[in-house]
Amino acid sequence: MAPIVSVSNLVKTYASGFQALKDVSLDIEEGEILALLGPNGAGKTTLISIICGIVNPTSGEVRVGGHDVVKDFRETRSMIGLVPQELTTDQFETVWNTVSFSRGLHGRKPNPAHIEKVLKDLSLYDKKDNMLRELSGGMKRRVLIAKALSHEPRVLFLDEPTAGVDVNLRKDMWKVVEKLRETGVTIILTTHYIEEAEEIADRVGVINGGKILLIEQKKDLMKKLGRKELRVDLQEPLSIIPETLAGYELTIEDDGHSLIYDYNTAGERTGITTLLTALAEAGIRLKDISTRQSSLEDIFVELVGARA
Amino acid sequence: MNLEAVKSIYFFEMARTRRTLLQSVVSPVISTSLYFIVFGAAVGSRIQEIEGVSYGAFITPGLIMLTLLTQCIGNGSFGIYFPKFTGTIYEILSSPVSMTEIVLGYVGAAATKGMMIGLIILATASLFVDLSIAHPFVMLLFFVLTAVTFSLFGFIIGIWAKDFEQLNLIPMLVIPPLVFLGGSFYSIDMLPPFWQAVSHFNPVLYLISGFRWSFFEIADVNPVVSLTIIIAFLAVLMGLLTWIFRTGYRLRN
Repeated sequence: MAPIVSVSNLVKTYASGFQALKDVSLDIEEGEILALLGPNGAGKTTLISIICGIVNPTSGEVRVGGHDVVKDFRETRSMIGLVPQELTTDQFETVWNTVSFSRGLHGRKPNPAHIEKVLKDLSLYDKKDNMLRELSGGMKRRVLIAKALSHEPRVLFLDEPTAGVDVNLRKDMWKVVEKLRETGVTIILTTHYIEEAEEIADRVGVINGGKILLIEQKKDLMKKLGRKELRVDLQEPLSIIPETLAGYELTIEDDGHSLIYDYNTAGERTGITTLLTALAEAGIRLKDISTRQSSLEDIFVELVGARA
Repeated sequence: MNLEAVKSIYFFEMARTRRTLLQSVVSPVISTSLYFIVFGAAVGSRIQEIEGVSYGAFITPGLIMLTLLTQCIGNGSFGIYFPKFTGTIYEILSSPVSMTEIVLGYVGAAATKGMMIGLIILATASLFVDLSIAHPFVMLLFFVLTAVTFSLFGFIIGIWAKDFEQLNLIPMLVIPPLVFLGGSFYSIDMLPPFWQAVSHFNPVLYLISGFRWSFFEIADVNPVVSLTIIIAFLAVLMGLLTWIFRTGYRLRN
């Protein structure tokens, strides 16, 4: 099946000379949730802005639903909903009017039943006659999502949807995203929060310095790059690691009360059995043993750090 | 043509006007009344008729133009600048709307509001002076053309402006002197020959002169020349706008 969004060799150089995107290419499949991770200034928002038509590309091609975003902008923009990073709202408008306005902008005839459904899905219906300035930050964020969904898009871009949002609201937002996925909407979200990508994404892309460093299924990524950590708590503290254990590249923590051993689950041998034997032979008595899987955050830091 | 989008922008802008209706209407009515009290009654009573027209009636077209220009430029510039300032412009730029449709929505609303106020000034003026319009269709032509042209001018200012100071620069510092020195309150025949010649470089002179001709059949310059000047200015603005759309100047960069 052809990708719903296809980006080829995209370059964006701003008038200041800053190159925000350097030959970016990626495909997004219909119905998936793709999380784009990257530090500030990585190029995430520029990439989204070009796909949505807000910023002109310097070179390269972007197709949405098979249509070119520049030449066939009416077709592509009709398919796209965008929730921006900033809480940009018309403070003196009512929720109902601003959402209806968005639908009209996309060339769709008024459909109060659809607007009502969107507002109810986002728990906004009882606020429909409120002015936006009367709403909390979280509510405003929901209004932006409602505006983006007002014209029934096939692709939804969420630019940092939970930035500055408290934990409860963030989890509510994840539920909203999950519900949207069930309706078949393709979702591309940018985020700083690794746990967000870990929680809701199917695929994860890492962007830094205007380049896509990798883009993979989340599960594969975790498996491929995921390292595990074995923590051995000792009965007696160690000040130095004995010579016989030098080959395991252990680190000492908790003032010598713990030894940390990193291993790769994808490897043929983890080295755990031989390590435990070597510890026993060295006369080191163990108190406890635990393991920890590295998170997407560790992977991200490792990737961005290595290629910065 | 995305007519739904044009309608949405137009009515959204008009809704903003409705919210500030009292301020939008009362303020020009008061200022026009003051002009008539000061210039029409106090000063005008000491001034002879100008080419057979009472001074109060003579200044009416100029006053309408003063308000029309100010309102249209103000509305046109604010309409597009405000979404830029608040950031809601992202929605317009990411919608399936051509730049022509954006202009139709914003400039249409700005011109409508300007014309509404202009007609209110005309109605207010008729309470103070006897007015008759010799050529209603020509009057309407000048009225609509001026409203559209200067709303478009305001729209371009709104795109160009990076802050509120720039936004107000032309409406506050350039337009009032041009209107006041463009024969709003006098015929340029009353000026010394040198200043008469200088006045011909003032584009607003042509607007006021043509508009006044439609009321009283008296003009400082030939009304056909006035009409040509407005159309030429409109053409220049449309050329500039085409360039802005093509390059994405201060919108998509």
